[in-house]
Amino acid sequence: MDAIILQMLNGLDKGSAYALIALGLTLIFGTLGVVNFAHGAMFMIGAFCAVTMQRLLHLSFTVLDPTKKDFLGNPMKVSTPYIEHWFGKATGAAILDWSVPISILLAVPVMVILGVVMERGLIKHFYKRAHADQILVTFGLAIVLQEIVKQVFGANPIPTPAPHALAGALDLGAMLGFAANTIVYPAWRLIYFLFSLVIIGGVFAFLQFTTFGMVVRAGMADRETVGLLGINIDRRFTIMFGLAAAVAGLAGVMYTPINSPNYHMGMDFLVLSFVVVVVGGMGSLPGAVAAGFLLGILESFGSMNAVKDLIPGIDQIIIYVIAIVVLLTRPRGLMGRRGVMED
Amino acid sequence: MLGLGKRDLIFLAVVLALTLAAPVLLNPFAENSGLAQFNAGYPDLMQRIAIFAIFAVGFNILFGLTGYLSFGHAAFLGVGSYSALWMFKLLSLNIIPGIILAVIMGGVFALAIGYVSLRRSGIYFSILTLAFAQMSYNLAYSVLTPITNGESGLQPDLGDPRILDAASSSGSVPPTNIFGLAMSETWKVDFLGRVFQFNAGYYVCGLISVLMFYLALRIFRSPFGMMLRAVKSNQNRLNYTGLNTRPYMLTAFVISGMYAGLAGGLMAAMDPLAGPDRMQWTASGEVVLMTILGGAGTMLGPVLGAGFIKYFENIFSKINDHVLQGWFSVFPHWLQDLLVTIFHPFMGKGWNLTLGLLFMLVVIFLPGGLIEGGNRLMRLTRRRRRDDGPRPSEAPAE
Amino acid sequence: MIKRDFTRRGLLKTGSVAAAGLALPTIFTSRASAFTNEPKGSTVTFGFNVPQSGPYADEGADELKAFQLAVKHINGEGDGGMLSTFSSKVLDGTGLLGKKVAFVTGDTQTKTDAARASAKSMIEKDNVLMISGGSSSGVAVAVQSLCQEAGIIFMAGLTHSNDTTGKDKKRNGFRHFFDAYMSGAALGPVLASMYGKDRKFYMLTADYTWGWTQAASMKSFMEKEGWQMVTDVRTPLAATDFSSYLAPVISSGADVLILNHYGGNMVNSLTQAVQFGMKDKQVNGKTFEIVVPLISELMAKGAGKNIAGIPGSSNWNWKLQDAGTKAFVQSYGKEYGVPPSQAAQTCYVQTLLYADAVTRAKSFNPCSVVEALEGYKFDGLGNGPTLYRAADHQCFKDVLVVTGNEKPENEYDLLNVAQITPVEKVMYEPDNEFFKGGDLGQCNPGA
Repeated sequence: MDAIILQMLNGLDKGSAYALIALGLTLIFGTLGVVNFAHGAMFMIGAFCAVTMQRLLHLSFTVLDPTKKDFLGNPMKVSTPYIEHWFGKATGAAILDWSVPISILLAVPVMVILGVVMERGLIKHFYKRAHADQILVTFGLAIVLQEIVKQVFGANPIPTPAPHALAGALDLGAMLGFAANTIVYPAWRLIYFLFSLVIIGGVFAFLQFTTFGMVVRAGMADRETVGLLGINIDRRFTIMFGLAAAVAGLAGVMYTPINSPNYHMGMDFLVLSFVVVVVGGMGSLPGAVAAGFLLGILESFGSMNAVKDLIPGIDQIIIYVIAIVVLLTRPRGLMGRRGVMED
Repeated sequence: MLGLGKRDLIFLAVVLALTLAAPVLLNPFAENSGLAQFNAGYPDLMQRIAIFAIFAVGFNILFGLTGYLSFGHAAFLGVGSYSALWMFKLLSLNIIPGIILAVIMGGVFALAIGYVSLRRSGIYFSILTLAFAQMSYNLAYSVLTPITNGESGLQPDLGDPRILDAASSSGSVPPTNIFGLAMSETWKVDFLGRVFQFNAGYYVCGLISVLMFYLALRIFRSPFGMMLRAVKSNQNRLNYTGLNTRPYMLTAFVISGMYAGLAGGLMAAMDPLAGPDRMQWTASGEVVLMTILGGAGTMLGPVLGAGFIKYFENIFSKINDHVLQGWFSVFPHWLQDLLVTIFHPFMGKGWNLTLGLLFMLVVIFLPGGLIEGGNRLMRLTRRRRRDDGPRPSEAPAE
Repeated sequence: MIKRDFTRRGLLKTGSVAAAGLALPTIFTSRASAFTNEPKGSTVTFGFNVPQSGPYADEGADELKAFQLAVKHINGEGDGGMLSTFSSKVLDGTGLLGKKVAFVTGDTQTKTDAARASAKSMIEKDNVLMISGGSSSGVAVAVQSLCQEAGIIFMAGLTHSNDTTGKDKKRNGFRHFFDAYMSGAALGPVLASMYGKDRKFYMLTADYTWGWTQAASMKSFMEKEGWQMVTDVRTPLAATDFSSYLAPVISSGADVLILNHYGGNMVNSLTQAVQFGMKDKQVNGKTFEIVVPLISELMAKGAGKNIAGIPGSSNWNWKLQDAGTKAFVQSYGKEYGVPPSQAAQTCYVQTLLYADAVTRAKSFNPCSVVEALEGYKFDGLGNGPTLYRAADHQCFKDVLVVTGNEKPENEYDLLNVAQITPVEKVMYEPDNEFFKGGDLGQCNPGA
């Protein structure tokens, strides 16, 4: 029982990341009709916003300490972050400790700007081109972005710890009345799950309850008619692209304590997120979210020891098996519409 | 002749001539000059270009004609390599049985995967093929290690049974061969400071690739090819006329799978080791890039794309800072350092960045791929010539 | 040092030679020379084949730095590094047998295909005599067999799988780095003395050849110490989120977690294990412990604070106090401003060992080099007295047990040497069950 609850939690947590990325992809696809292979790179750049913030906060001045020697026998350079210098040791250290949540402040504007620039500068010219061209150009962009990040930050993963207060694990089992040490779960992963619910809820509420969102939805359904009504739908779609980039970026920022950022993390998620989107049904926002959580949960159950003993190697392929089964039984994914991306 | 029109026949002859002369054409720079860095006329790279040309030409039969974008073709390549290697291990290091089995296994796998995947179209088809290929890759890396030897890759061993030619070996594994002619056999010709390498393996790959090119040409020009083009332009309309397109699609899929299997078998024959990386989705992506970059749906495009990417991967990645410093050593020190700093991010370990940028440029400005670039260039020069006034040879006609 | 000088004069020269020559083409087959790529000019070329793209690019960059330093020292530039502490004194900084050493580099991408393509271009186009480098066992095994076929020498870089000098060993290939068996042999007694004899361990193992060999040797050595294995769970190589594998650990009754992961896998699984509270839990009345059998500096850097107190094994560490290590750290530190990693050390040492063997053999012929290296005993290269065993081309030397530094003084101060397990403890017979099945075969000079 507790094992199942544990894997359920894992599934929800994995699913949160899948759902957030798939949500952004679907927003772009649904509004602009563009298959964005650079979306994984957006996730990665979000994560590197956290790294950048960490670096910024850790900007230090160095003093030579003649009492200590470095490995070459020269006086050791001791560096103190400006933050600690300005705010005092305790406050400074606390700010540094919270660098991941603080980087949301950096990530949102950076990602929105990046998204808008990308749409206006590149994607705009590809609306009328074949899907294959869109895939190729965004794939090229993804390579370029990831190589730039690699040249700046290196290929090694960079540790970005969660704030100390949120870094530990909670013994949920004991809270729910099970024996101690049966359901132990990291606090940050619970936060990630809640965070993703807030973002997903926010996006849906924005589309559902604001005039802006209503126009966008109308545009998604019938772009031409909305355009004929004299509404500048293009500008709104550009903003939606920025929003989608921001969602991916936020997913990346908050993921950094779980998965130390490295330059290829976007590519690692890219294939998976496309599988999620397709299983959910191209262009369907609820489909993307549902498929994200579904695949996350099934993947978690697939990697349980009991299941692995039964079918060796199942955790290696379960995502793909599900994708195949879903696509063969439901031609357009879980909630896909007819005629989307079928030509 | 050969069932081709005159134009096609000339075209084929040119391709054949280029293939035969490649060891010379690709080695234009003298051995000791700085530009020798850019020579591509060494056996391994030429073999690879020929093999990937086969792979891309085969992929183009599916994608270029029908528009169905498969993201799983690397799986057939991998299956081909593994089958060929098992033949080398069990039967003989003569490459012919291995290559035959590779083609068959590529076809069998394509039939199975195609039968399922072709139930869907568009991106759903792409994801289905991707899913099958990723499953093959993941399993080859881990659970199927007894068959694939996992991470280390499958290769001939001293302990292999090799029923047909085990007796001839002692102490080391003999090279792969065709009836005794080793694939690694190279005749070097020293001429005007250039060393041309005529390699047996390359000519095997090259001739097979010309043959496959011819076959693809025939398919493109056949009624069957016409039917596939009809699928691309409007599958629904075809269905409404009461025509079942599935058998045609499946045939195209299997043919391109067999091309991939052949390419995989040849890869194993030239370099007897097969690792699972060959089946990863990035490898499938690579052949997509080759085809689109060169020009999907054209005959020569995929070949150009294959050559372009392989050249890049193997030549640019070897230009390190020392080589750069060597190039710019004529300049004063500060300028040398500056130039090295500017070029550094794009060369050597930065070759991926350059490749990504070039992709984007080609896709943005040449939607039809390199072939379109070539055509535009031709048109441009032709127009300019016309602007210059009628050429002497044309004058009498006017 | 630079192999190809692109100068105007050079171009003119070649041009005029070519024009004046107009000699008849000379045709020669590969049989014309005594061995593959027999050096004819004033230089001899090495090929350094390291990952420059992909997840191990940083490790590759480290290796490349070490190679360049070694070439400098062999050519008599710089301060000579470990040449002064090396027990063999035949290398005098005048290059190799009167020829200057040049090198070419290539990108393995940590993929067998790309690594072989790169190595082949080095052999066929750049005429290298020796290839070194690598950051994964798959690549090392693949390139080693290629070098065997082509008839040149392979000096393995960082490769830790038993197979490299076990079932995939080759006469033309040599490994200085230690292997999974030695990790287990070194860690077994140390872990038992640190955490007691009565322990239950749970293993997460990367699901590919290296992971399996590592897991098998850990299991064998820990059970020898009286520990009990709860289970060994295989994790996909591509996994980045290990939560579903980590979640059941605490409630499984195990009190030690052994992570047979490398690189990004290890950074993520360790970070996530610590988040699951495994560093400060009490299970079975004992403190829960995490062990990472193979630790590298870059992985420690990637794991950040999570590595503190975690034990593992290393081939070498820059904090060792022997003369060879000190000389190398000084030399490398002055050149690049950072202390060298174990990957850098093994690559540097491999290059020196090859150069030394050529000089002692007085020949570039791979078969002479093989003869010079087989059964060779040396010292002063940072690992203490070392033997290149003839039977499997594996180096035998002390193995370090390291722990993550609890209070690092700077960003390089990541690992402490907890104990040095002497070579006798990690020695094994060539036909040991983890290594049997291979055959070195004959040395192949190519021609």
